Amino acid sequence: MIEVKNLHKSFGEAEVLKGISTTFEKGKTNLIIGQSGSGKTVFLKCLLGLFNYEEGSISYDGEIFSQLTEDEKRNLRSKIGMVFQGSALFDSMTIAENVMFPLQMFTKQSKSEMQDRVDFVLKRVNLDNAHYKMPSEASGGMQKRVAIARAIVNNPKYLFCDEPNSGLDPKTAIVIDNLIQEITDEYQITTVINSHDMNSVMEIGEKIVFLKDGLKAWEGSNETIFKTDNEAVTNFVYSSNLFKKVRKMYLEENK
Amino acid sequence: MTYLYNIGNYFLMIAEMFRKPTKWPVMKKLIFKDIDDLIIGSLGIVAFISFFVGGVITIQTALNISNPLIPKYLVGFATRQSIVLEFAPTFTSIIMAGKVGSFITSSIGTMRVTEQIDALEVMGINSLNYLVFPKTIALMLYPFVIAIGMFLGILGGMAACVFGGYTSLENYILGLQTDFDTFHVIYSFIKTFVFAFILATIPSFHGFYMKGGALEVGKASTTSFVWTSVVIILLNYILTGMMLG
Ligand SMILES: Nc1ncnc2c1ncn2[C@@H]1O[C@H](COP(=O)(O)OP(=O)(O)OP(=O)(O)O)[C@@H](O)[C@H]1O
Ligand SMILES: [Mg+2]
Repeated sequence: MIEVKNLHKSFGEAEVLKGISTTFEKGKTNLIIGQSGSGKTVFLKCLLGLFNYEEGSISYDGEIFSQLTEDEKRNLRSKIGMVFQGSALFDSMTIAENVMFPLQMFTKQSKSEMQDRVDFVLKRVNLDNAHYKMPSEASGGMQKRVAIARAIVNNPKYLFCDEPNSGLDPKTAIVIDNLIQEITDEYQITTVINSHDMNSVMEIGEKIVFLKDGLKAWEGSNETIFKTDNEAVTNFVYSSNLFKKVRKMYLEENK
Repeated sequence: MTYLYNIGNYFLMIAEMFRKPTKWPVMKKLIFKDIDDLIIGSLGIVAFISFFVGGVITIQTALNISNPLIPKYLVGFATRQSIVLEFAPTFTSIIMAGKVGSFITSSIGTMRVTEQIDALEVMGINSLNYLVFPKTIALMLYPFVIAIGMFLGILGGMAACVFGGYTSLENYILGLQTDFDTFHVIYSFIKTFVFAFILATIPSFHGFYMKGGALEVGKASTTSFVWTSVVIILLNYILTGMMLG
């Protein structure tokens, strides 16, 4: 479980996060949604300690991150898997080497065990035959899937995904969503996902935190998000006509 | 103020570079890759420049010795001294600050802007150790490059001398052997080691702590070149004062 208390973060004059508190539970897919520029990425990077913040505290299963020593931080981080918004693949390595990297760094597995594991996760993200391509030779969506494979290859305890399915076609996006939910449940991972994809919200939003103007404007789940009267949420969720129709049908059905 | 801050940060970076070392099998590969990129990859340009500059030094010296009282073998002597003392260690290092330095800054800087360094950190890897340490170790082979540079410089001088008809081969070799002081070579290689460390760490510093996007990577490479050269020139002055002065 990850607990965030009163998180403040500014860049110079611009205050991006203005005091956010929430918890992310273990074994659940926690979604952070909000408009582009609402601070989702900044929030996630604060959680990971990649950004310093002015105020607030973040604790991983009771351990307050900012109070850990450098070595303890690194120890904790070796249990974290992260998918960056821009994939952040190592461009001097092939796709297979990228995925194998966390195994090489943190396990004592033999070469063939590692290779099997890499084959397995690459298959799970629907990338069977791209092992020897360089990241620069892969499409954006492929890079994203490699990043996901790299994040989950070493069975992380905490999984962070910054828009894991942006740039993917709807079908692959669903495969990825389901994969993330499956492994979250199977290995009891604490998963935090940034998204503005409404499909993901409906499919895997076991807990949803809605950010707006640097504040937590709403919190709930995919069950409650369609019932809420919170205007900011409904404006965000029903910005497309398709969803407006879905909501109308839903409300009529449940009258 | 920012200078002091940066200098402090630079030394913190060096201290951090030795903490939480990367697994040896992985590190070994990184070191070999950097030896290939930084050392082997520089041999060509260093050889080319040394040979021809050696030749030019000889020709210039020969042309400037018009006084018949000065013995002809001095051409070889002067060439040896300028190449061993300054040209090979210092000026080659300035050229390397351009070649190796901007390569290091831009490759680390690109990793910074594309969040690859963040990705390493998030995995719990000491990214400074992972990125900078192997480059520093690889550049400890830099004195070999300089030794080759010295040899080829003197050879270039010999070629220019003999083919240009300035003095005879015997005179040139006699000059090379005149008043030979082993300490000059030691001095030169001590300098080279210090410069190698500078060549690895200052460009890494500029790449690692850069902010911004692709445009800033280019700017960082330029700044890194300027600072690496300035520090090399200053240290050259200080070391020379300390060891020969
Ligand atoms: N390194 C930075 N320096 C200064 N400002 C930043 C930095 N990173 C982000 N910001 C600002 O913080 C705000 C939130 O950015 P963030 O990247 O978190 O948005 P986001 O919600 O992830 O958007 P998107 O959905 O487009 O990815 C933006 O106004 C952005 O300009
Ligand atoms: Mg973002």
